[in-house]
This record gives sequence, C-alpha cells and structure tokens, in this order.
Amino acid sequence: MSNPITVKTMSQMLAEGETPDILFWVGCAGSFDDRAKKITKAIVKILNHCNVKFAVLGTEEACTGDPAKRAGNEFLFQMQAMMNIQVLNGYEVKKIVTGCPHCFNTLKNEYPELGGNYEVIHHTQLLEQLFKEGKIQIKGGGEFKGKRITFHDPCYLGRANDVYEAPREVLQKLDAELVEMKRCKTKGLCCGAGGAQMFKEAEHGNKEINVERTEDALETKPQVIATGCPFCNTMMTDGVKNFNKENDIRVMDIAEMIAQAADL
Amino acid sequence: MGISNIIFALILIGASVLFTINVRKIIANIRLGRDVNRSDKRSERWKTMIRVALGQSKMRTRPFAAILHLFVYAGFILINIEMLEIVIDGVVGSHRIFQPFLGNFYYFIINFFEILAALVAISCIIFLIRRNFKKVARFQGPDLKGWAYTDANLILITEVLLMSALLIMNAADPHGGFVISKHIAPMLPQNAETLHGVEQVAWWFHIIGVLAFLNYLPYSKHLHIIWAFPNTFFSNLNPKGKFNNMESVTREVKLMMDPTADPYAAQPAAEGAPQRFGAKDVTDLTWINLMNAYTCTECGRCTSSCPANITGKKLSPRKIMMDVRDRVEELAAAKRKNGADFHDGKFLIGDYISEEEIWACTSCNACVQECPVNIDPLAIIIDLRRYLVMEESKLPAELAGMATNIENNQAPWQFSPADRFNWAKEA
Ligand code: SF4
Ligand code: SF4
Repeated sequence: MSNPITVKTMSQMLAEGETPDILFWVGCAGSFDDRAKKITKAIVKILNHCNVKFAVLGTEEACTGDPAKRAGNEFLFQMQAMMNIQVLNGYEVKKIVTGCPHCFNTLKNEYPELGGNYEVIHHTQLLEQLFKEGKIQIKGGGEFKGKRITFHDPCYLGRANDVYEAPREVLQKLDAELVEMKRCKTKGLCCGAGGAQMFKEAEHGNKEINVERTEDALETKPQVIATGCPFCNTMMTDGVKNFNKENDIRVMDIAEMIAQAADL
Repeated sequence: MGISNIIFALILIGASVLFTINVRKIIANIRLGRDVNRSDKRSERWKTMIRVALGQSKMRTRPFAAILHLFVYAGFILINIEMLEIVIDGVVGSHRIFQPFLGNFYYFIINFFEILAALVAISCIIFLIRRNFKKVARFQGPDLKGWAYTDANLILITEVLLMSALLIMNAADPHGGFVISKHIAPMLPQNAETLHGVEQVAWWFHIIGVLAFLNYLPYSKHLHIIWAFPNTFFSNLNPKGKFNNMESVTREVKLMMDPTADPYAAQPAAEGAPQRFGAKDVTDLTWINLMNAYTCTECGRCTSSCPANITGKKLSPRKIMMDVRDRVEELAAAKRKNGADFHDGKFLIGDYISEEEIWACTSCNACVQECPVNIDPLAIIIDLRRYLVMEESKLPAELAGMATNIENNQAPWQFSPADRFNWAKEA
C-alpha cells in the first residue's frame, strides 16, 4: 500500500497537450474524509492498473451541490453547479466517473438543465466495464474467495438511478458467497445519510436508521459489508461499531475490495 | 314503463349529475396547483398507465394483498358490464334484457360474474379482518385514526353488502339457477310472491347502493379507482434521483454570475404576483402534487418502507399525501364560499405538516418506489424544505453551517479548498 499513486490533474494534462478519456470526479468525501480517501486511492490504483487515461480536477473541483439541493437550498446548489459546469466545459469534459452515487446522480441528472452535458457513470459501472474488457482480472478470487459478502444498495445508485446489477456483477468476480439482505435492491433500506441527513442530528425517534440497516446486514452473517458510497460506508461502519462487531466484520467499498483482491 | 321506472330514471340522473359536479370540483381543486408541463413522451405515458394502473404492476411486491386486490378490481370492472343490463332493465322495465339475445352465453357470463362477486365479497372480508383484527402494521399508523379508518371499513362493508345483494337478487330469480346463487336460493322463502319481493328489494338495494357508492368516491380514498389512471399517465418519467430544476432560481443565479449582466435590464415580464420559492401551502405545489394527493389510496406502502418512519420519526409520507388532500379540500371550499382571492390564513406548513416531519426525510425514494399508483411524496417534501430554507431561513443549525461551508470551502465540511487534492500526496 505504500506505492505513491500517480494521478494527474486536468490542467497538468492540458499543459502536456493531452486529453484524458475520462474525468474522475472525486467528490468532497473522497477528497477530505480519511476513510473515504482510501476508496479514492483504490479507484486510482485500479484506473492506473488498467491504463485508463484519466485525470482529476484537483483543487478546481468543488462540491456538486447535492446536499444543498436536498436540503432545499436551490440557490446554493445552482451556484455550485454553474461554477463546476464552467470548469468542466472549459476542459471540454465528455465523460465522468464518480466515486460517490450522490455526485453521480447530480452530475448525470441535474447538471444537463444548467448546461452541463456529460456521460456520467458510477465507479462500479466502470469496474464492470473493465472486467468485461478483460483489463482487470482477479486470479482465483483473491483474498475474498469464499467469504460471505452482503451488498448494501446506495439509494442514489439503486432506486434513484436503477443501477442494481453493476455492483453485484463486480462482486461476483471475487468468487465469494454473495448473500442478499432481506431488504435489497428496490427495497433496500437507506443507511440514513441521504437528503443532507449526514450533516445533522436525526429527528427524535426510537432508533438510528444506520442501526436498523446494520441489523439487516448482520442477519446475513457477513464477513464483509460491501458498499458503493462513502456516506453509506461511514453509516455502516458506525452501525457495525454500535454492535461491537468491528473486529469480525469489515465495511469496504467495492473498489477497495477489487484493488485488494487484485493485489494492487 | 311504470312509476318505478320513472323513479329509477330520476335517481339515475340525479346520481350522475351529482357525481359530475363533484368530479369537476376535484378537477378545479387540482387546478389550484402551479402549472407544470407533462405533455411530453405520450407513448411512454400510455404504456406506464397501462402497466401500472391497468396492469397493477407495482402491487406484485406484496403478492397476497395483490391477489385479493385483483379480485376486487376485476370484479369491480367486469361486474359493471352487468350494471349496464341492470340500468336498462331499470329504465325500460324489462327483466334481464340481454338474456334472449345471448342464450347460453348469457348463463356463462352471469355465472362468471357470480364467481367474481363471491371472490370480491370474500376478499373484502379478508381485508376487513386484516385491518381490524390482524392489525397489519401499515393500517395502524396514527395518520389513519378517525375518518380514514372509518372510510376504509365503510368501503369494504359496502362492497360486501353490494355483492351479497347481487347474489341474493339472482338467487330470488325463479329462472335463475346460476352457479353460486343456486346455493343461496334454498335459504330464501319459497313462496313465489315473497320471492319476487326479495328479488325487487335486492335489485333496488344493489343499484341504489352502487349509485350512492359512486357519489361517496369523492370523499373517500376509494377515489383512486378513477384517479389512478390520469395519475399514472402523468407520472414523473425521469430517474427518481433527479429533482426538478427551479427556473426562477436559474434566472437569478445566472444574473449574479454574469459580470456583464445589467441588473436593471428589462426583467422577463413576471405574470401576476411573484411566486414564492418552494411551497408553504398547497397553491404553491404543482397540480401533479395535488392530483397525487387525490389519488392516494392510503395503503401505507410508502410509510411502511420509509426509513424515518420505521425508526420512529414523525414523518410519514402517507400522512404528507393525506394532509395535502385535506388542505386542498379546506382551502378550495373556503375559496368557493368567499371568492377566489380569499385566504383563510392557514398553511400546509405549520397547520398540517410540521418542520420536524419535513427535516426527517433522507430523500431515499423508498416511498416513491413503493407507491402502487406512482405518487411522489418526496417532491412535496423537497418543495416544503425549499420554502423553509429560501423564504424563511428556517433550517436545522447544522444544515445552515453546512451551507456556509459549501459557500466558503466548496465542501460541506470546514476544510480548506486548497487541501482538496492533498489525498494524492498521502501515500
Ligand atoms: S424519501 Fe423521505 S419520505 Fe420517502 S421514504 Fe425516504 S425518507 Fe421517507
Ligand atoms: S402515497 Fe402511494 S404508497 Fe403511500 S399511501 Fe398513498 S397510495 Fe399508498
């Protein structure tokens, strides 16, 4: 894990007279949150390994505005969006991969009306594609072979955008035992972070949502809870800690699992 | 044609007129909402309506309820074909006017209808048991207390009575001998005259019951049998994660961000009073939101899948829909009485829906996914938030802090934007 990772920014690439095939949109969590940064690095390692010609915006990236929009602050959202669109259009970006379903949803669905038209995919969709093209392989399943894994559907990937199969297809490559929670896919229960809840205390109730969701996961007796969203990751990690299971159950992003299984 | 035919014709006309008036009232109420264009993608809209409303595709995830509901639904539609005969008989004074034309096929059809009628009655009895004795969780919420609870039971009991009347009517017909009613016939008095009386009473009870039921619809959750069709036709066809873009905000933001813009330049002529941002009352919602409210079946599939509600928060998407309908009814009635510009000083926010409910939503779309008639409670919740935030700056302190962070640091946390790319240097 000590290899320094190589990643260029758009402006660097431009200075070198190159254009990347795809822009990796890191997102705020992926840039600042210590846990999520590991996911970011795993994605970069995979991109490097597969020789994908990509770049990031670096310090030119700004919050997509997703939490502002979900919290009802349309002004702030649109200001963020228009700023980002100026940058993206300035670099003539065509295709974007995100490390976060919220960025994915916002860029894909909410930027076009404000002048930002890009082909946007989530990192699990890119992974699926890389496997299909044979650019990445996992010999013998790697370290997750035979492990019990359950996948938690992020709301903004699943219900919001009907992407249910890509993450599962990728997990299949691990030669593990995939177990579904009783509430999965269209019926998947939220982790509790969406709609800007991540940034505030929950309203008065009798339980935290992430605890309820972690119970769903624990029922499957997993060794790994797989996620595809940095916020779900935080919520499920906290949930597992709540049950004092952090030594038995790992909460990992699919990108991390693939990077680890492929020994990157 | 005798006096009874004339009485029947008058009742029929009266019931139809009353029903038309009530439906037009509802349409007028829905029109209190803001305009939104849903006239695109016609063929996809027809397909959605056929799949979701006619084909009940979204009911399937709960198979037991789906099957029972299918019996009631099929019974309702198909038995209405028999209603045609009943109505003609009633007006012209004939007896089973189609029988001579259809011959044996007539027996086949009526037998089929009888089986359906029995299935409807049985399904409704099971539904009553589920609601009142088995206490199925989604029918127990606090939002169903009072009228909603009574309404549901009234509908089910009425259906059972109507179906029973239909079967008794057939049983009392001396030339009957239909598949189900022939088993009821021995239980009836055998005297020919009394039997004729029973048939008459059952006939009148059934038809008046049906007409009364028709006029009960506008006050009931049962209205969904009509409104499910336009409601699914005008469904949101975008990905569920896409929240609508507020054009009014776009105009202002563009002006703010464009250094060459002349702020005094002619504004695009705003029609009428300036609209508020977001929704404080039902008149700030769109007609789609309001039609959604009239379509709601109060089934609670949304609430039973809502993560906030499951974990004991006050938010219930079903209640949101019921509140919107109640509030439209109230405001529209007040306006009809006192003139279109009248306002009763009440609002959806505050008088019906609390801020606590509005802020408990995770925008997870589970309610939207679950709704069997494609209702979107989330769109309403977001418009209520928009009003609170953009018009009144009333929001949880942490969210205000988050907004400040996004403005200043380009991230929802207090990190320096200059550090955004540091992760690449950390091994
Ligand atoms: S979107 Fe909001 S109201 Fe609907 S189910 Fe999710 S949390 Fe509940
Ligand atoms: S909104 Fe839909 S799911 Fe919720 S109670 Fe009404 S009909 Fe049922």
